[in-house]
Amino acid sequence: MAFVNWLKRRLVIIAGLLTLGYLLLPNVVVTVFSFNQPKGRFNYEWQEFSTAAWTSPCGVADLCGSLSLGLQLAAWATLGATVLGTMIAFALVRYRFRARGAVNSLIFLPMAMPEVVMAASLLTLFLNLGAQLGFWTILIAHIMFCLSFVVVAVKARVMSMDPRLEEAARDLYAGPVQTFVRVTLPIAAPGIAAGALLAFALSFDDFIITNFNAGSTVTFPMFVWGSAQRGTPVQINVIGTAMFLVAVLFVMAGMVIGNRRKKQKA
Amino acid sequence: MSTGTLAEAEAPPPLAPAPATGKPPRRRGRWTPYLLLAPGLIWLLVFFAMPMVYQASTSVQTGSLEDGYRVTWHFATYWDALSEYYPQFLRSVLYAGSATILCLLLGYPLAYLIAFRAGRWRNLILILVIAPFFTSFLIRTLAWKTILSDGGPVVGALNTLHVLDVTSWLGLTAGDRVLATPLAVVCGLTYNFLPFMILPLYTSLERIDGRLHEAAGDLYARPFTTFRKVTFPLSMPGVVSGTLLTFIPASGDYVNAELLGSTNTQMIGNVIQSQFLRILDYPTAAALSFILMAAILLMVTVYIRKSGTEDLV
Repeated sequence: MAFVNWLKRRLVIIAGLLTLGYLLLPNVVVTVFSFNQPKGRFNYEWQEFSTAAWTSPCGVADLCGSLSLGLQLAAWATLGATVLGTMIAFALVRYRFRARGAVNSLIFLPMAMPEVVMAASLLTLFLNLGAQLGFWTILIAHIMFCLSFVVVAVKARVMSMDPRLEEAARDLYAGPVQTFVRVTLPIAAPGIAAGALLAFALSFDDFIITNFNAGSTVTFPMFVWGSAQRGTPVQINVIGTAMFLVAVLFVMAGMVIGNRRKKQKA
Repeated sequence: MSTGTLAEAEAPPPLAPAPATGKPPRRRGRWTPYLLLAPGLIWLLVFFAMPMVYQASTSVQTGSLEDGYRVTWHFATYWDALSEYYPQFLRSVLYAGSATILCLLLGYPLAYLIAFRAGRWRNLILILVIAPFFTSFLIRTLAWKTILSDGGPVVGALNTLHVLDVTSWLGLTAGDRVLATPLAVVCGLTYNFLPFMILPLYTSLERIDGRLHEAAGDLYARPFTTFRKVTFPLSMPGVVSGTLLTFIPASGDYVNAELLGSTNTQMIGNVIQSQFLRILDYPTAAALSFILMAAILLMVTVYIRKSGTEDLV
């Protein structure tokens, strides 16, 4: 009975931790199988321990090429979407103008649309225009679908900004450019950074829209998709594990810095 | 969908005119907002809205790849596509719906745990929820192939517990296999979209004032009653946006059905993808993707009306 009571009190914690386990299980498998030495082409069964893949992560043809292409694309898409999205966010929060509702809907729709619909319609456009599918069509598509997410992230931050800070800067005879660079931008920076980070992650990991509009260009997710049919090299697991570790380190570093700032202010 | 409502509700009051400071109030350029909006909006109009128009026109074209297509207002394509592929449509709704419900059931305890019980572990658990995002989702989905592999520990355990007998009988699995069955696809979908459920749930739970729980307790509400009458209703915004964020992408997904399923578990995304990229039957593909879009808009609108939270989106 005591045990049942103990269980009852901790039911939420146990259920929550089980879900967390479900979320992390594939990552554990990816990490473990990055040390596997598969016998055949498919890395689905545990054979024996080996660090071969870790010592030659680029040992598979085209893998690192697709990785660097994906990173370049994500960088440009992030830049494009962040600049365009930040401008839209400022316009939406700071100005009253006609058609605000329509603009809001246009921003919202790409997020509420199944990716496959967007991907397919963009492909019909490119086919109709006779555009050459490749780097540029992917970049256009990525900027398009990342844009809305940046707008939402930046908007949230700009809304909580006190406009009086900028008024104060102006009262102190700062010009519009000076006000923007020295006051507005630093305050909005966390929102812009969040938007940019989101755009980068979305673009780098996007498969569906890229699959439709890439032509014969191969980004990293496209490489993984192709290799799923031919047999996945262990190196894919190595890169997956490395990405996970880098992300955890980055987020933790960010939190440590954030906490230190908070303490300094206090 | 009333899309503008949230923005309107959250928007700060219009800026007060600059108080008299001696110098004349700065005239804000009347054209500034339009100049700020123009580049991004043009991008969205050209590469989001215009493609929809092109697709609409493609869906009513006839012809062939060799001779070219011409708009003939051939609406029968829609009917043909629907009558041929309605099983895939139904399956998409069914799989995405099951995945959404599973996400809610699995995600709620974790979101609750992070919001109320995690204490100093809160940030760590949040990181662990977000971090898997950074491993390509294709790699993680492929990992499910290993986890659910025939004769693997998971399948073995389910077999020993006779779970697979029940699920086979229900038609969710086939014999001793989990891979290439509906169960595997739903499992993959649930996994892939779970964070999209957890994060909105967490955000809305976190906003709840803990004193409300104390008050409920003081009024002799049992924990479950407190949850049913206080916590859950207050978390409705998170439930609604979480279910939308899971259901919409899940219903258009074709990666899980392709990697974890078989030809018997194809969803509508798989059909659209193969019509567009392999069979090259553009009118049918365009019609299918329009039907999917219309169906989702319809379902989402009804859902938002029913849940009475129209100004959330």
